[in-house]
Amino acid sequence: MDDSLQRIEYDLVVIGGGTAGPMAAVTAKLRNPALKVLLLEKADVHRSGAICMGMDGLNNAVIPGHATPEQYVREITVANDGIVEQSSLLAYAERSSGMIRQLDGWGVQFQKTGSGDYDVRKVHHLGEYVLPMPQGHNVKKILYRQLKRARVEIENRYQATRLLKDADGRIAGVFAVSTRTEQTLLIKTGAVILATGAAGRLGLPASGYLFGTYENPTNSGDGHAMAYHAGAELANLECFQINPLIKDYNGPACAYVTSPLGGYTANAHGQRFIRCDYWSGQMMLEFHHELEGGNGPVFLKLDHLAEDTIAEIERVLHTNERPSRGRFHERRGTDYREQMVEMHISEIGFCSGHSASGIWIDRHGRTTVPGLYAAGDAASVPHNYMLGAFVYGAICGESAIDDLAAGRAGTPDEDEIAAEFERANQALRVADGIPPGQMEYKIRRLVNDYLQPPKITRKMQIGLERFEEIREELPGLSAADPHERLRALEVHSILDCAEMAARASLYRQESRWGLYHLRVDHPQRDDDNWFAHSMLYKDAQGRMVSRKRPVEPYVIPIEERERDAYRRLRVEVGAAH
Amino acid sequence: MPITVNRVSVPVVVDDEKCIADKGCRVCIEVCPLDVLRINPASGKAHMRYDECWYCLPCEKDCPTGAVTVNIPYLLR
Repeated sequence: MDDSLQRIEYDLVVIGGGTAGPMAAVTAKLRNPALKVLLLEKADVHRSGAICMGMDGLNNAVIPGHATPEQYVREITVANDGIVEQSSLLAYAERSSGMIRQLDGWGVQFQKTGSGDYDVRKVHHLGEYVLPMPQGHNVKKILYRQLKRARVEIENRYQATRLLKDADGRIAGVFAVSTRTEQTLLIKTGAVILATGAAGRLGLPASGYLFGTYENPTNSGDGHAMAYHAGAELANLECFQINPLIKDYNGPACAYVTSPLGGYTANAHGQRFIRCDYWSGQMMLEFHHELEGGNGPVFLKLDHLAEDTIAEIERVLHTNERPSRGRFHERRGTDYREQMVEMHISEIGFCSGHSASGIWIDRHGRTTVPGLYAAGDAASVPHNYMLGAFVYGAICGESAIDDLAAGRAGTPDEDEIAAEFERANQALRVADGIPPGQMEYKIRRLVNDYLQPPKITRKMQIGLERFEEIREELPGLSAADPHERLRALEVHSILDCAEMAARASLYRQESRWGLYHLRVDHPQRDDDNWFAHSMLYKDAQGRMVSRKRPVEPYVIPIEERERDAYRRLRVEVGAAH
Repeated sequence: MPITVNRVSVPVVVDDEKCIADKGCRVCIEVCPLDVLRINPASGKAHMRYDECWYCLPCEKDCPTGAVTVNIPYLLR
């Protein structure tokens, strides 16, 4: 190791400055202003993460008078075929409304009725949880102001690559690389909060453009890979994220905005075929059937709506979250007033924001590794969306500070640091090798070929063999500059996530969560053997293995008649309207 | 194996007349989540260096002089 490794020290490091990360850092700093808190961001916190251009609304607001925490926990339990840690859902639901008030106080504007109440809409199958944010484009600006006020230190353009532990197995450091210079960083710390977002660069989007992903492509699964290598358990990774999208464009359709205003998902005949546009595995399975069937493909239907309604939909969808969608439609000559909008399904990914897979955390945000916490799309709390990222960011910030008061980690292992220094710099030393983009394309093309549902056992086994071949080629990655080193290290994460996706899918020998885990050769749900979380981890020999974790006894009982509500989503012929 | 460079059409267009990167402005370069913009050494103006665009628009919205236009990448159009 040479001068390019700089050593610094903080009490707490938050990795990822998108949604959960800033909230975690601000909460921690407010809880104990004496501690040194670092927010590490691969891009720039001004415009980073899933909400870099804002968000058009809350999808899971639990507000008294509209919904109760108990009702929300029931809804999400049913939507996830029962495999949930209800205490974690309840911890979110009980703080949901308080977090909305906190954000409201910071200047985030939520839609209100004439009498000043929150204007909550119904999109879910059972309850009301959707709260529009017509001015949601400024969320990042508001978060940045709070980071500055709380005096959180920020390092932009650093990619965390590995977590380091002390002799007792407690988190003691973070290894990071600059994305613009050859510098590397060793941060000694007592606690780490992972807020690295989804693993969104796993499958290849239908457009074939590597960066045309549903998720912000900076979210390449670095956090999932770091947690795995640190020995943390990851839950239910076979419950893939697959979302309904505009064909070729990576924006959502978008049911949460259009459905309360009368828009809906339709088949080629303009007929409704699902009762509820809320994103669930069961909904996606019906979507997939229609897409591939004789009545396909699938469309977003708005052309029956009044002019002022369409104008409102355009204003929200074309200024927030995915603002380039307006120019996409314009170029294609698509006008919501005249035509239905062709839809498709997204590439696969890991994202608890919409599905249920991620780094396992309990209701305190703790992973299975001491000193390591996770929040947002990277963590395991299902259907958590943006508001869940804020709530679990706050929970992690509180837990990390409280745990630090009880004890500190020792020193990170020097051999591990040296090994990571070598791995992090390897691609810069290779002149004639494989450019990162080319290897990434190949991995993600294989992910589509072998892992995309419907899942087939033998295909996933072949996929694993191909991933193993590519793993042997990793030392041959060539980076022409620090930017390409960033991409090369992301390729390592993407390959780790591809292997995790295959092994987790092979482990669960049943079908569950609709399309998310549809195994053609195990087509039935098997509650006798598989009513459990699947936990993937690195064992003492360094092998990727899985085990079952029992579902904790429900704190909110589910009645028999509710249990299958999400399995009856298809509109029968003749009932459509 | 040896390496070559393929030409590609990129989505981010910078109007050199309006761009003030030569006066020290770095806004578009700093806000890009994918870090694909750089100063073009030939002109001193910003340009898209890496074809890794999410067409998310911070560069265009935050540019103080309106010099940046983001098109939809060719493969998606």
